[in-house]
Amino acid sequence: MSSRSLIRNFCIIAHIDHGKSTLADRLIESAGAISQREMRDQVLDTMDLERERGITIKAQAVRLDYQGSDGRTYVLNLIDTPGHVDFSYEVSRSLAACEGALLLVDANQGVQAQTVANAYLAVEAGLEIIPVVNKIDLPSAEPERAAEELARILGGDPADSIFISAKTGEGIDELTERIVEMVPPPGGDEELPLSALIFDSYYDIYRGVVCYVRVMEGALSTGERVTFMATGEKRDAAEIGVLTPASVPVHTLGAGEVGYLITGAKEIDRVRVGDTVTSAYRPTARVLEGYTDPRPMVFAGIFPTDGDDYPRLREALEKLQLNDASLQISAEFSQALGFGFRCGFLGLLHLEIVRERLERENDLDLVTTSPSVAYRVTRPGCKPDEVRSPADFPAPGGEVLVEEPWIKALVLVPPEYLGAVMEILTSRRGELGPINYLGTERVELTCRLPLAEVVFDFYDHLKSKTRGFASLDYEPDGYQSSDLVKVDLLLNGSPVDAFSAVVHRQKAYGYGREIVARLRKLIPRQLFDVPIQAAIGSRIISRETIRAKRKDVLAKCYGGDVTRKKKLLARQKEGKRRMKMVGSVEVPSEAFVQALQVRD
Amino acid sequence: MSLGNRPLPSPDDPELADRASHWRSAYVHVPFCGQVCPYCDFAVVAGKDHLFSRYARALIAEIRSAPDWGPLDAVNFGGGTPSRMPAAWLGRILGQVISRFGIVEGAEVSLEANPEDWTPSRARQLGAVGFNRVSLGAQSFDPVVLSYLGRRHSPDDIVRSVTASRHAGFASVNLDLIMGSPPETAASWSATLRRALDCEPGHLSTYALTVEPGTVLWRKVRSGSRAPDPDRQADCWEEADRLCRRAGLVRYEVSNAARPGHPCRYNLSVWGQGEYLGFGNGAHSYRRGRRWENVRDPRRYVDTVESGRAPGRRHETITGWAAETERLLLGIRRRAGVRAGRGGMALWDSESGRRLRSAGVIGLRGGRLRVERPLLTDEVSRAILSVRPQDPSRSRSRKNSLP
Repeated sequence: MSSRSLIRNFCIIAHIDHGKSTLADRLIESAGAISQREMRDQVLDTMDLERERGITIKAQAVRLDYQGSDGRTYVLNLIDTPGHVDFSYEVSRSLAACEGALLLVDANQGVQAQTVANAYLAVEAGLEIIPVVNKIDLPSAEPERAAEELARILGGDPADSIFISAKTGEGIDELTERIVEMVPPPGGDEELPLSALIFDSYYDIYRGVVCYVRVMEGALSTGERVTFMATGEKRDAAEIGVLTPASVPVHTLGAGEVGYLITGAKEIDRVRVGDTVTSAYRPTARVLEGYTDPRPMVFAGIFPTDGDDYPRLREALEKLQLNDASLQISAEFSQALGFGFRCGFLGLLHLEIVRERLERENDLDLVTTSPSVAYRVTRPGCKPDEVRSPADFPAPGGEVLVEEPWIKALVLVPPEYLGAVMEILTSRRGELGPINYLGTERVELTCRLPLAEVVFDFYDHLKSKTRGFASLDYEPDGYQSSDLVKVDLLLNGSPVDAFSAVVHRQKAYGYGREIVARLRKLIPRQLFDVPIQAAIGSRIISRETIRAKRKDVLAKCYGGDVTRKKKLLARQKEGKRRMKMVGSVEVPSEAFVQALQVRD
Repeated sequence: MSLGNRPLPSPDDPELADRASHWRSAYVHVPFCGQVCPYCDFAVVAGKDHLFSRYARALIAEIRSAPDWGPLDAVNFGGGTPSRMPAAWLGRILGQVISRFGIVEGAEVSLEANPEDWTPSRARQLGAVGFNRVSLGAQSFDPVVLSYLGRRHSPDDIVRSVTASRHAGFASVNLDLIMGSPPETAASWSATLRRALDCEPGHLSTYALTVEPGTVLWRKVRSGSRAPDPDRQADCWEEADRLCRRAGLVRYEVSNAARPGHPCRYNLSVWGQGEYLGFGNGAHSYRRGRRWENVRDPRRYVDTVESGRAPGRRHETITGWAAETERLLLGIRRRAGVRAGRGGMALWDSESGRRLRSAGVIGLRGGRLRVERPLLTDEVSRAILSVRPQDPSRSRSRKNSLP
């Protein structure tokens, strides 16, 4: 156990690519926790996928012993936070484990929406915030401008910002001193019953669930019987320890300390982020605030291209679930796509990551249907139903109350793009809120939007219309009734459930025309004419025909050609493998997502 | 080539198609051209005419060292432009082929020629050394199309070359046409067909212009030039089918039509999975379930043969199921179809076979698998490549219920 006055628990809040992981590396290095040689770049991002995408999916914690200029040895616990909109709950739990936060901004790009959203969360959580401007070594850096923006957000002075280059190491010593000086030591009473916050967890195939905890009150000791309060699960603390970043077992973690806890639990679902760990024999009366059940926001069907892969897909999803309590799956049958799963995700990035990992780590060919949200449907005299797939959406007619989830979005954009952003937001049924200028370079725009308008390609669209300058953050903002209809799609006269979509009535016709036109381009010509129709109930709102293919034959096939032409035909045949038979029509796997992409 | 007083079989006669499987043929490659056409991806060279004599000697050496075989039913000199080579050399090469293997009575001895080279005197010389069929690279009767295709002859050259062949005593004349190039209109294609048929050739080939990777045409299309439109080519094909039938030619393969007595024996043999030996650079051979290819570069071919080594490489063994699928792939290109056999029945019963049946693409009559919509032959080819052998017990029981 360390003396509490020498502990500093802090995290880094930053936008993707603003240099959080590099800064973490530099801090670890300067504390001598790991030698240059054994250090992989960016130790905190452990998953390959995270490295490739430059984002952090799972928070972790590293303990650094730092020799302060006053001659004392401080314990710096650096708690990593995920850097994407989908993971704001996890961010909030990481913040709850800290007393301080470094608000890190790229001197080149300035403040981004997520940074602001997370900075507000940190302020609300009562954290001491140290503004840091990174990448000052870049020729195009404008550190003063970034410092100005930070000052406006935090209501401080631009002079409060520390200028660093995590890449070259410039300013790192000053920053570490500032952490020791500014971040308050943790409070807590070691005599009280144990309460520890789980701020992250992951599944290790050898050790089971490993959770990261911050002891708030009391002390956690090896061998102790503990209770996970949200789930009621009781377990023995088989091993506790700290990460340096190698795991080092310790006997006790006292109030204010950060470390890991292994109980041998196999189901990550029983050990939830945000839950309170207490002693089974002397439980605390106070559950830590802020816990919520993981709640998926976005749903999509995932199907194997080849029906025989269904068992492998199930296995792969279950494996991912071990490590990801927020991923929900339930079996689904689609007439068009056969057996698959309806999956619930925290957001679009989460969906993307899961999909990529499924394909990459399991060599599966998958069809992902267009993402949708969960609608709340109330039939007269019944309790509300949650509809997670457009296929289950009620047909028109009847006294049915339909509600859809809304979000509160925060967009940061240079003033010259304000018009373009407002146009995008209003075309997506957005209700614009107040506009706030952060200096002359950036505007903060708030807006309420139906989540359904955002789940597909909104972010890409926002980026392209603002040349990459806009950034976005959002949080759920309740349900609201809407005039929504289901638009069905008929291929060769038969409805294809996977192409059904729920849209606002006013947009239904335009949508119908658009999707029919798009499918006509996406579906290759077949052996016969294929009509494509969009319909609301039994009413056809749009129609086009894919004309039958007329010519598909090599002009010549003589002695010298046989081997080569056979290879060519075999390659073409491989291309067909990525086709899904829908009735008698061959549909390319990508069409299931691309067809439903909205364009403004 | 007449078979006594029996009536000549129609070019699409199934019995003729099946008989061709037992024919032996030889292919002799002559790679030299005046210039390489922009769409051509064959093993050809331009401006290397100084290699004529060395190349001819290498051919003769390669033929001389070929393994023993029976007499040939067909000999085909292709290219390139065989007609560029001096008649004396061609005669010596052909003489070597005949003396090495022998030749059956009524065998087809064919060569390819360009209309601009095919003068009355050359026609006479080559008729005299033993060629009895000529295949003229007419391509089009539209000067705009000819220029797009990089051809140097005029429409009148084609007519003159056909007349020259007749006068020289060639028993069979073929015209090659290329259809559906971007500058060609429907009217221009019709006119080309009419003028070609007015020449009364025994055989007419109509090839859809294909953009082959690596060609000049391919580079042009890749950098934005218009590509051939498959729908227009389908129109061209239908027009050719109609006009040929009216002129008494039977379309016996996807791209080939002939009068009775004039189908190309060499090609019938290849489509019937008959055996052939190829000589010259880039030439392919298929014998005893093996296929191989000669080195492609003419210079290297000559060097290899001169140094006493065999020019063959890339030997493949085509046996069992691979041979069965190849039999089908080649056979379905013919209007006569192909004996369904093990592979044909596996296709017929497969999922993709069912799709092709319901779309009227394939049919099964008298135990023969036929492509009823020849323009979609490759749909069938890909399906053939994806079927697996059926359980033998199943295929046996299936045999009893053959339609």
